[in-house]
Amino acid sequence: MGLSEEQADLLDAAERFCREKSPAQKVRKLLEDEQGFDPGLWDEIASLGWLAIAIPEEYGGLGLSLAEIAPVMEQMGRFLLASPFAAATLGSQAILKGGTQEQKKAILSKTAQGAVATLALAEPHGGWTVDAFETRATRDGDGFVLSGVKRFVADAMSAQWIVVAAQLDDGPALFVLEASAIEPAAFRREIIIDETKRTYELSLDRVRVPGNGLLDPAKARETLAHIHLAANLLAAAEMAGGARAVIDYTIDYLNTRKQFGKPIGAYQALKHPTVDAYVQYEQARSHVYAAAHSFNQQGAGEVAVRMAKAAAETALSYAADRAIQFHGGFGFTYECDAGLYRRRALWHASQYGDAAWQRKKLAELLL
Amino acid sequence: MGKVDQQELAEFAQEADVWFQENTPGDPGFMLPLSFLEVGSDQQFDFLRRWQRKVYEAGYLGAAWPAEYGGGGLEPEFQKAATEAMRRHRAPIMLNAIGLNWAGPLLLDMGAEEDKTKYLKNILSAEDIWCQGFSEPDNGSDLGNAQLKAVRDGDDYVLNGSKIWTTLGNYAKYMILLARTNLDAPNKYAGLSFFLAPMCVDGVETRPIRKISGEYGFTQTFFTDARIPADCLMGEEGQGWLIAMRTLEYERAVRGGQAGGYIMTPIDVASVIDLAKEMKRDGAPAIEDPVVRDRLVEFLIEGQALRLCDARGRIAPLVQDRPMALALSMKLMWSEFARRLTAFAVTLTGAHGGYYVGDPNAPARGLWTRSYLNSFAATIGGGTSEIQRNIIAEHVLGLPKG
Ligand SMILES: Cc1cc2nc3c(=O)[nH]c(=O)nc-3n(C[C@H](O)[C@H](O)[C@H](O)COP(=O)(O)OP(=O)(O)OC[C@H]3O[C@@H](n4cnc5c(N)ncnc54)[C@H](O)[C@@H]3O)c2cc1C
Repeated sequence: MGLSEEQADLLDAAERFCREKSPAQKVRKLLEDEQGFDPGLWDEIASLGWLAIAIPEEYGGLGLSLAEIAPVMEQMGRFLLASPFAAATLGSQAILKGGTQEQKKAILSKTAQGAVATLALAEPHGGWTVDAFETRATRDGDGFVLSGVKRFVADAMSAQWIVVAAQLDDGPALFVLEASAIEPAAFRREIIIDETKRTYELSLDRVRVPGNGLLDPAKARETLAHIHLAANLLAAAEMAGGARAVIDYTIDYLNTRKQFGKPIGAYQALKHPTVDAYVQYEQARSHVYAAAHSFNQQGAGEVAVRMAKAAAETALSYAADRAIQFHGGFGFTYECDAGLYRRRALWHASQYGDAAWQRKKLAELLL
Repeated sequence: MGKVDQQELAEFAQEADVWFQENTPGDPGFMLPLSFLEVGSDQQFDFLRRWQRKVYEAGYLGAAWPAEYGGGGLEPEFQKAATEAMRRHRAPIMLNAIGLNWAGPLLLDMGAEEDKTKYLKNILSAEDIWCQGFSEPDNGSDLGNAQLKAVRDGDDYVLNGSKIWTTLGNYAKYMILLARTNLDAPNKYAGLSFFLAPMCVDGVETRPIRKISGEYGFTQTFFTDARIPADCLMGEEGQGWLIAMRTLEYERAVRGGQAGGYIMTPIDVASVIDLAKEMKRDGAPAIEDPVVRDRLVEFLIEGQALRLCDARGRIAPLVQDRPMALALSMKLMWSEFARRLTAFAVTLTGAHGGYYVGDPNAPARGLWTRSYLNSFAATIGGGTSEIQRNIIAEHVLGLPKG
């Protein structure tokens, strides 16, 4: 476990930025927004250089790593800041890890500035395994034709590129497509539990990809595994931040709401579970920073990330679940922020493997 | 604090490793206690006392305490390395826990010069065993309400009342004692004073109490007109609560400065995983059972979290919002974790979980059931888990008092 100077600086900067730019009313307003985020804010994020963090300098990035993304993601999660940050980070990672030299040059220099490449991985079968796909890629002259259905494509309407995973011959392959090459009717906005996020179903019906859209086929599996872990790291960081916030939100209420002549926080039936939630949060946060630190270590990185995801999901689920209960009737309303965090945990449980599934993978690795 | 010479440290660690390799005693032929809390026989006591003395004389205990009081005068990293070597070689526990871990650092922190000179070296060498007289039969969690009376009479204080759950009470030469010196104080806390009290005086009687595990290790301690010299008072009259709270911070490891070594046999998830490999369930190793696997991984995640929290506590930017949060949470986290882990370990032993210490068929000589029963020592002693939750709620999270 360790913390680089850059991580510490980014943590500090991200906390200040997110607190200022993502107040509760704004979060609420964006829930109704079609795009789901404020494009002006996205430009600000780009100009802060946060989209360049994990991109090597030779492609116009800052040459840091996902370890430095984690504190930013954590603070975005804490303040429910809506943006395509996670989607864009994962898209860039896919190109970086699995792209050809030409793709990296063409795409990363732009994603470092704020253009979004997003991933199209999940499929109707709903499974979390990441190296076999029902979407088919067939060769067509010097290019390919893609057919199949993709789900939960994050921020597709804001993306310039879509990175699609498909089965080519008898193995997985990744393709990068210009989003504009796909007709808009192929996208359907999905109604998802976490209303701060935007995802789309993408129906690929014989969509053509030029030959240079294929990512390095030799690296497809490795890239998919990398994305899977990166996605779980980001989710864990986002959830740890969320746990912190929903606990603080609940503490405020426990200190101000009075019943039977005293603040409800004086009742141990509320106080003690709040401490339990807090302790779980502290543990999850430790896992997140350890996972960020060891992400690139073969083997140890995977263990740390899966532990972090499991711990953070468990912590956020419990903290937000209790937060709903401890706000009484108000907790049950759409207006209470506890619901936003509970929905966030349900969302991340549904994507890239929930806590129980992570533990199953850990059992395979550790027992 | 000086910069640690890494080369010197590495050599020290290497020497410690060799020393514990060569000197860690084998099976003594009788059952050793799992922790300093269950020292129930003279045989156990003598063995552990000799061991502590030997470790101290070799330079692997109190290595970071000042040399003028018998310590090694080294940086804390050296003691850490020695403690790690003990752990690696599964050396026996340190006996004189209350001296080493709470009275000692307390004296170093707040003690008078002559008290440091008088007490610290003999704490390290286990010459003087220390105990703690805080809890009373009627006043446990509500420690501030302690009622044992200390009345000044000439050059003495006269003690009357009873303490209870006095760990090592029947072996101790000294007691850190919280007593009431003023019945008219403006509040219950202000009437308390703190003593470094000798146990070997007339009017002090200890009566051993048997534990849930069947073992002994603590006593009820009766004071009947017991006279102790007035200079046993630590600080001034009325400062008892303040000093007692500081003591509890050492006890709960909220503050550092302990002499080193460990006082409880460490139980880690790895040993429970080994158990799951050995034990059979429906004819197959228990480790193949999916439910067992899931539980084991949960424990691995939590055990790892505790180690990481310990490490993160030393990284300032990662604890800046609530700087005391991790320190004040560790006791709750570790003790509850150990309780659940050992309870689970018992279930792994299946039908044999029905055996207990003493039966030849008991798995690992009854280690797991004994560990589970003794795990409550840490969830109750030193302030119960409920009290820890109150402390975290009120002092870390800012929730109102009940
Ligand atoms: C193995 C062992 C060794 C010990 N060694 C020593 C020793 O060497 N010296 C010494 O002085 N003491 C020692 N103790 C005593 C220990 O500190 C006390 O047992 C402890 O502080 C609890 O006090 P009590 O036993 O009176 O329980 P009580 O205070 O009566 O508590 C009973 C129950 O009520 C709960 N409770 C009490 N108050 C509250 C509250 N405000 N909010 C919520 N729940 C509450 C408690 O958590 C507990 O569950 C030892 C205890 C054990 C188990």
